[in-house]
Amino acid sequence: MATHALSPAAVPAYRGGLYEWLTTTDHKKIGIMYLVNSFLFFLVAGIMALLVRAELAFPGLQIFQNEHVYNEMFSVHASAMIFLFIIPILAGLGNYAVPLMIGAPDMAFPRINALSFWMLPLGGILLLLGFFTPGGAAAAGWTSYPPLSERGPLASPGPGQDLWLVSLILIGTSSILGAINFLVTIFKMRAPGMTLFRMPIMVWTVLVTSVLVLMATPVFTSALVMLYIDRNLGGTFFLPNEGGQAVLYQNVFWFYSHPAVYVMVLPAMGVISEVLPVFSRKPLFGYKAFIFATVGIGALGFTVWAHHMFTTGAVFLPFFSLMTAAIGVPTGVKMFNWIFTMFRGQLTFSTPLIFAIGFLTMFLIGGINGVFSAAVPVDFALHDTYWVVAHLHYVLFGGSVFGLFAAIYYWFPKMTGRMLSEGLGKLQFVLMFVGFNLTFFPMHILGIKGMPRRIADYADPTWNDWNLLASIGGFMIGASMLPFLWNVFISLRNGKIAGDDPWEGNPLQRATSSPPPPYNFDRLPEIRSERPVFDARHGLVEHDATPPVPPSLAAGDEAHRAIGPSA
Amino acid sequence: MTAEATALTHTAGGGDHGTPGVHAGRGISNPILGMILFITSEVMFFSGLFAAYFATRAHNQPWPPNNCGEPPLAGCHSFAELLDPLGLILVATIILIASSFTCQFAVWAIRRGDRRGFVRNIAVTFVLGVIFLVMQAYDYTILFGEGMTIGSGAFGTTYYTLTGFHGAHVFGGVLMLGVILYRGLAGQFSAKHHDAVEAVSLYWHFVDVVWILLFSILYLL
Repeated sequence: MATHALSPAAVPAYRGGLYEWLTTTDHKKIGIMYLVNSFLFFLVAGIMALLVRAELAFPGLQIFQNEHVYNEMFSVHASAMIFLFIIPILAGLGNYAVPLMIGAPDMAFPRINALSFWMLPLGGILLLLGFFTPGGAAAAGWTSYPPLSERGPLASPGPGQDLWLVSLILIGTSSILGAINFLVTIFKMRAPGMTLFRMPIMVWTVLVTSVLVLMATPVFTSALVMLYIDRNLGGTFFLPNEGGQAVLYQNVFWFYSHPAVYVMVLPAMGVISEVLPVFSRKPLFGYKAFIFATVGIGALGFTVWAHHMFTTGAVFLPFFSLMTAAIGVPTGVKMFNWIFTMFRGQLTFSTPLIFAIGFLTMFLIGGINGVFSAAVPVDFALHDTYWVVAHLHYVLFGGSVFGLFAAIYYWFPKMTGRMLSEGLGKLQFVLMFVGFNLTFFPMHILGIKGMPRRIADYADPTWNDWNLLASIGGFMIGASMLPFLWNVFISLRNGKIAGDDPWEGNPLQRATSSPPPPYNFDRLPEIRSERPVFDARHGLVEHDATPPVPPSLAAGDEAHRAIGPSA
Repeated sequence: MTAEATALTHTAGGGDHGTPGVHAGRGISNPILGMILFITSEVMFFSGLFAAYFATRAHNQPWPPNNCGEPPLAGCHSFAELLDPLGLILVATIILIASSFTCQFAVWAIRRGDRRGFVRNIAVTFVLGVIFLVMQAYDYTILFGEGMTIGSGAFGTTYYTLTGFHGAHVFGGVLMLGVILYRGLAGQFSAKHHDAVEAVSLYWHFVDVVWILLFSILYLL
């Protein structure tokens, strides 16, 4: 039949080295490139954060010549962390994991997948090039509110802000194309038997994330385009003195940027929901409730954007306050799912589980201080103070980044065939966890004391100690990256061989070799539940057409590649 | 006709169906679903622009703003006069709507396996698209001649942004139609293999619908 005739074409000619990486359309290689590229920008933006913390450690200007450089530094730090690190690195994880988890050979549109990836380094370089322009890089914060980001006397005259706009339009386009790719892949490329309600939670979170990206990002693009027209073509969209409205930008901006928060955290929730069951040796508690909660967060995510704009006086406060409180409910449901997954489980405290617990605890704090801010009177007092900085870092660092490292420790063996060192992983966790809380918990107090965000210097002596503490913590976070980098470096060379299924995981990717061959699967276990590999391992599939244990690595990975699927 | 169409195709076992692990072939095809999702994102992009338009319009009363001073300068054309719905733009609108019909005729033709009808209709659609673009460019030159530019206040900014982005999308659609026409002339489409035609026709209808909305809002409302 056609299957056999076509099979040889399914094994691409193997091209070596750099050329292979630069031209690949394999979702696994692209996924790894996403991870590496995003991690490089994480390091760059992290160094900027350290510079910011060094500046704020003591009152007075320390390391920057003037406040403007400081403004550039925190603006590019936040923009790069959000648009070049968290969003793409989670997309990269999805890229790697989703086809493997649903039993597909690749993404639906492999070449568009490569295009989405290659827009990212381009966009990132454009953003950073701003530092070499006359006016410096974008300095109006990652939100770039007009009139600060506009043309005119108050504004950012240099091309740095325009580079920021172009860069974000590119990155947004990359996200949209990626989301289309994910959606078609998930809807059309699932293996036989893989119904929607048998998909791993990670795939569900990527699905909802992709819908958010698809619906919200283009609106953001329209805001960026309008700002670009204002700055360069003489438009008046956001210029109040010429018939425009500055608040209009905030509305359009947050219509994207609030759902973007869920874009940044839902895939991390998906990771946690893969990790906790595996290391608790229990199925996820409330699989369907979790899915409905995810969909609920996605839907409610579109109704809360104006809670960023309470103090503008231009939004309907009761509605947005109510909806913001409401979105805490599905998030609470998930907390119960996770906690009861671990409850009475046989916990093994491997690094992924430790990072997952880090996620649970830190994200909980981020959620609670978020609900505080949702109350309008509290928000009026805390708006634009360090409280907000604390809140967003507890969500995006305490949530997403801890989830991300859980994912890296969890999937590194699948990606490379080698285990990461547990000892170094735990060292990283301790440094990161302690450093993170030292940095960001004092910011709550600074916020309540009234310290505004985005200032290069301060004069209130009661803020000094807390700022110094936060700076010390910041450098601890920086230091926590060293054991990680060293861990990756030595584990790639000498790490323990992982085997196909190092954690006894349940989703389908455990049914192929580590690393998987280019075509992903030699054969698939029968899919009768959301845990097909578990079923196969424990003989729960009625007529077991395939070996319960995936083909071992005994034949060697190269042999797998050479033989191909039809052998 | 059906037999001929089948003979023209080279599908038997080809395409996606045989590749292990690819489970296409049920329901909507991947490229068409991809195009529908892409159009969804485009709808949201235009929603952002439309929202900005209405917010600006609500903020600037009267609309269109008085651009000729009070009392009006001699020989000055007001915005309302410049955007006369019964002028050149009505012809352009009719042409674009007609092109949506010819595009759909092309799709129906290729579904039947009628390649000649398909190529003829795509060619007509392509030409109508080009004519629309030329007319819009001509319209811009008239407006520029009257001193209405993207920098002339909230009215000019919203008008040129909305129509400009629509024009850019028509341009993109014309490029796609050109590719479809070229591939059609090369005989690459058949009754069974014409996902690209279906996808481009969806996009072309979308561009058409956006124009109908724009025309209603900018010229009639």
